[in-house]
Amino acid sequence: MNHLKELESESIYIIREVAAQFERPALLFSGGKDSIVLTHLALKAFYPAKLPFPLLHIDTGHNFDETLQFRDELAKRIDARLIVGYVQQSIDEGKATEEKGINASRNVLQTVTLLDTIEKHKIDAAMGGGRRDEEKARAKERFFSHRDEFGQWDPKNQRPELWNILNGKKRMGEHFRVFPISNWTEMDIWQYILMENIPLPVLYFAHQREVFFRDGVWLAKMPVIQMKPGESSEEKIIRFRTIGDITCTGATISTASTVEDIILETAASRVTERGGRFDDKRSESAMEDRKREGYF
Amino acid sequence: MEGFSNKGYMNMSMLRFTTAGSVDDGKSTLIGRLLYDTKSIFEDQLEQVKHASIQKGAEHINLALLTDGLRAEREQGITIDVAYRYFATPNRKFIIADTPGHVQYTRNMVTGASTADAAIILVDVRKGITEQTCRHSYIASLLGIRHLIVCVNKMDLVSFDIEAFEKIKSLFQAFAKKIQAQELHFVPISALFGDNVVSLSENTPWYNGGTLIEILEKIPVNNFIANSGARFPIQYVIRPQSDDFHDYRAYAGRIASGTFSIGDTVMILPSGHKTNIKSISVYQENISSASFPLSVSISLDDDFDISRGDVMVKMDNPPLISQEITLMVSWMSEKPMKIGDKYILRQAARETKAIVKSINYVVDVNNLNQFERDHLQMNEIASISLKTTQPLVYDLYKENRITGSVILVNEGTFETAGAGMISA
Repeated sequence: MNHLKELESESIYIIREVAAQFERPALLFSGGKDSIVLTHLALKAFYPAKLPFPLLHIDTGHNFDETLQFRDELAKRIDARLIVGYVQQSIDEGKATEEKGINASRNVLQTVTLLDTIEKHKIDAAMGGGRRDEEKARAKERFFSHRDEFGQWDPKNQRPELWNILNGKKRMGEHFRVFPISNWTEMDIWQYILMENIPLPVLYFAHQREVFFRDGVWLAKMPVIQMKPGESSEEKIIRFRTIGDITCTGATISTASTVEDIILETAASRVTERGGRFDDKRSESAMEDRKREGYF
Repeated sequence: MEGFSNKGYMNMSMLRFTTAGSVDDGKSTLIGRLLYDTKSIFEDQLEQVKHASIQKGAEHINLALLTDGLRAEREQGITIDVAYRYFATPNRKFIIADTPGHVQYTRNMVTGASTADAAIILVDVRKGITEQTCRHSYIASLLGIRHLIVCVNKMDLVSFDIEAFEKIKSLFQAFAKKIQAQELHFVPISALFGDNVVSLSENTPWYNGGTLIEILEKIPVNNFIANSGARFPIQYVIRPQSDDFHDYRAYAGRIASGTFSIGDTVMILPSGHKTNIKSISVYQENISSASFPLSVSISLDDDFDISRGDVMVKMDNPPLISQEITLMVSWMSEKPMKIGDKYILRQAARETKAIVKSINYVVDVNNLNQFERDHLQMNEIASISLKTTQPLVYDLYKENRITGSVILVNEGTFETAGAGMISA
């Protein structure tokens, strides 16, 4: 068995455990490749039945149109229920405060909306496409990650996870985050997309776009990002290695227009995909801090 | 990744191994070396580590910072939890379960070892075989790891002396008889300078056992114990209830051991119903047979009332069924275990309740001595006997790692309190 088949089997096993152990699970769908692969694995886990849980998307209001279009088409094609939580609504209700300044982003605010949506829909397990190779705080994440009644992660007090036995027992008000593709690397994801011929949003492939350069990262010129005096935009052939909120998704100068091209580019790459994430550049433990609060 | 090709990637296997150690063992340096020399560290990660090293006033890059993920760990310079790391050679993907090594983290070592096919035992050539070596090796063998790779580290500090290496090798071989390790590998290395880690060292012309990475590439994957017959714990029942698949019913799960094929006569336990396999599928694809570790759905000629927790088996070499089991348990909870305590027990997909009938003996993991006590504390390992409210369908851990393992869950907090390997 090659390693992709083995990873697939492991992930399907974990997704089935979620359906078996929880009453109201949901799959966190961002429109990025990891959550698309996760959705594909979930389809495999329950075929020929439909997904026994909804897709849940937290919309920052700063998404690429292509992402939202892809999301809606996918949900329709697989006949899945789609729940959307809006960051704008959290701001309007005074639960979240818009960041100010040049690097303002709604990325952090997503946590408020996410926890709110989880509570509103009484979701007891939220599955996400997080991978342990992405970032060092994530390297310590469990498959079944326990969250207290405030939605917080306590990395020093995690449940040990042995063999393939997953403990999803919880008290009232607590919930779980589940990461079925924890053991996949960025390369595994791309190889699997190729092997399974999984459709992706066009943003992942080379296209022409107006971009500007800030702190080592190319960002898309969009109304939601304020440019500093002195910054100027130009047309470039780029693609995105990760897709998230527009304000913190860095582009890569690339002409890779097929999955095969992307794989070769990924193999030659000397920078991690999160190297293009503006949100991780905030501090050495930026991810750990966000995760503790209840981030994805 | 050197020598990368798309085609080659489709033929890669996957090996999981564990390491245990504390900062001064050079464990972080060794992992850093494996990641660095296989080109699995990216520029921005290295940049981050460089930056952090300079900030702490270090003279050179501290590779340990690459592996310590939590802020508390970086501040205190210790490893607290199990971290998983990934690297690949053109032939194989590796998953490292990287664990701390002190006795107060025994539970983390057990966790890391529970999914591993091999364990790296780090020995400082100047210190020789220590309590820590004993502890790490014992835990690896207790968890059924067949391949122990003894890395005799810091060889540069003894001028790559063959005598020093051979002495440790023979002492370890003698010690290993006590822990039933099956395959031993010995490598003289310097993690700091990279000797015999990924590239063969010129400093050890007397050594011809291959580099650490060569050994890791040759160890059979998924080699752990599965001498029992075919086992398929039922995880989930798929019933689409749609017009297209009106009467469809299939049993979903991951094959724990052996091979199941269409037409095989199988028995459902504990009910004892017998029937034949009608079809096996992975998504839309029908396959004629399936083996560990594939996740599949299986449909049967006859439909009985089968649900999560039942086990499908082939009748040659049947499993054990009992409400009384004896197991080696690693205690993971701050709340001690006492005779008479009740826990939720999870084994395969089954959940039941269990009461502690006896604590047979406690093992001192530093020297393997056994002693008697009426309770068990966190990080201790002991032989205990349990009685369950429902019968368990199981194998001995030494015969089957999946159907022979259990966890004990605290009834109040629901934390995972203990991990057990069934021994009788």
